[in-house]
Amino acid sequence: MDTKIAIETLDLYYSEFHALKNINMRIPEKEITAFIGPSGCGKSTLLKSLNRMNDLIEGCRITGRVLLDNDDIYANDDVNLLRKRVGMVFQKPNPFPMSVYDNIAFGPRTHGVKGKAKLDDMVEEALRKAAIWDEVKDRLDKSALSFSGGQQQRLCIARALAVQPEVLLMDEPTSALDPISTLKIEDLALELKQNYTIVIVTHNMQQAVRISDKTAFFLLGEVVEFNDTDSLFSNPQEKKTEDYITGRFG
Amino acid sequence: MVRSRFAAQMELLNTELIVMGTLCENALEHVMQALQEDNDALNREIIILGKRTEEKEREVENICINLLLKQQPVASDLRQISAALKMITDLSRIGEQAGNIAEILGKAEFGRDYDTTLLQQMATAAKKMVSTSLDAFVKGDLRLAQQVERDDDVVDELFSRAKKELIQVIRSTQDSGEQAIDYLMIAKYFEKIGDHAVNISQWVLFMITGAHEEDTVHDLLRGGRS
Repeated sequence: MDTKIAIETLDLYYSEFHALKNINMRIPEKEITAFIGPSGCGKSTLLKSLNRMNDLIEGCRITGRVLLDNDDIYANDDVNLLRKRVGMVFQKPNPFPMSVYDNIAFGPRTHGVKGKAKLDDMVEEALRKAAIWDEVKDRLDKSALSFSGGQQQRLCIARALAVQPEVLLMDEPTSALDPISTLKIEDLALELKQNYTIVIVTHNMQQAVRISDKTAFFLLGEVVEFNDTDSLFSNPQEKKTEDYITGRFG
Repeated sequence: MVRSRFAAQMELLNTELIVMGTLCENALEHVMQALQEDNDALNREIIILGKRTEEKEREVENICINLLLKQQPVASDLRQISAALKMITDLSRIGEQAGNIAEILGKAEFGRDYDTTLLQQMATAAKKMVSTSLDAFVKGDLRLAQQVERDDDVVDELFSRAKKELIQVIRSTQDSGEQAIDYLMIAKYFEKIGDHAVNISQWVLFMITGAHEEDTVHDLLRGGRS
């Protein structure tokens, strides 16, 4: 499998705090990679480093490289283009306080797409890919905030897909959702990986087992183990991984 | 320990597996004695032990299914529970086959004219294999588990000799051969018991290493685990 994102000797500091230590990882294309580990281990920090969300945090300093298709994302100044290519979905569904249609069309409009017919097509395609078209097609002018949490999260995924990204970052995308909505998002992720590279941070280890191809276990800012998910959860090579996933610490 | 209740259930699983293994060992111990003496009470006792082994299989199975359902185990816990689920099938078969031997020994028409030396040897070797495989499980010992596979050659060789001897006996005597067939069946049960012990030891290997392949196990023995 080709590498979509290569992380090389990455260190990240929040002022004096050394949050990520010498991270080296190859994230395969069109697969799902899960980041697991206890709170504060650096998994979300690394996720945010993949589309430079940490740039917004004062005192954040990064050394090393993150290569997206062999180009260093930190050597290129066009952060908007990067975030178009590497979309993100957050823990709490965060639709904009506007209609479903405008939520989804927001990204394409920002990137200069004009013309109603073209936008209509893009909105429908994104909503279909996010497996929510049938639920919202008759209510496109309704406020996105009037939908359930699970639907809102799929709207956010649709919004991220509308700008035709290559990578989708998901930061605990189901932790605020009920079990049925969670399974829908998981099914969706499995469907989407045919066309997108997905990186997901999750506290739910069974979720990592269910959907991811590869899993990285983080502890105190370091990657302890990065392996095929099946291997990592059935036969971890590191004792720290074993202790964490079997619940013997954490 | 974060998951003390889970740890207690895993401990219970371990204990119940050992109890089940002990039932099999006791049954085989009795079989060895029953080969030497015509003792109906002993034969009945073996059959009862076989049935208790089967009951124990259900109990351990329930523990495993409960653990899988409620604890969603991973890593070594998952391997231990899945190995246990497989091992109890073999242990149950061992108990059942000990009972089958006792049934043959208890038949009214069963003759005790033949030399049972080879069967005694098979019984001893098969019981040793079962004990070693259980030991390997209790101690989590790779080398003991591998020993079982080597011991299986002994049982197989004894079975082969028993078969040849019985062919000679059938040829040289005038009787119907039914008695010889009874002996052969007993020998075959011992051989199968040896096979089940090998299965158990292979699940112990899997439990410890996470690998099924012999090569991987050899590598681990040579280099140790990371």
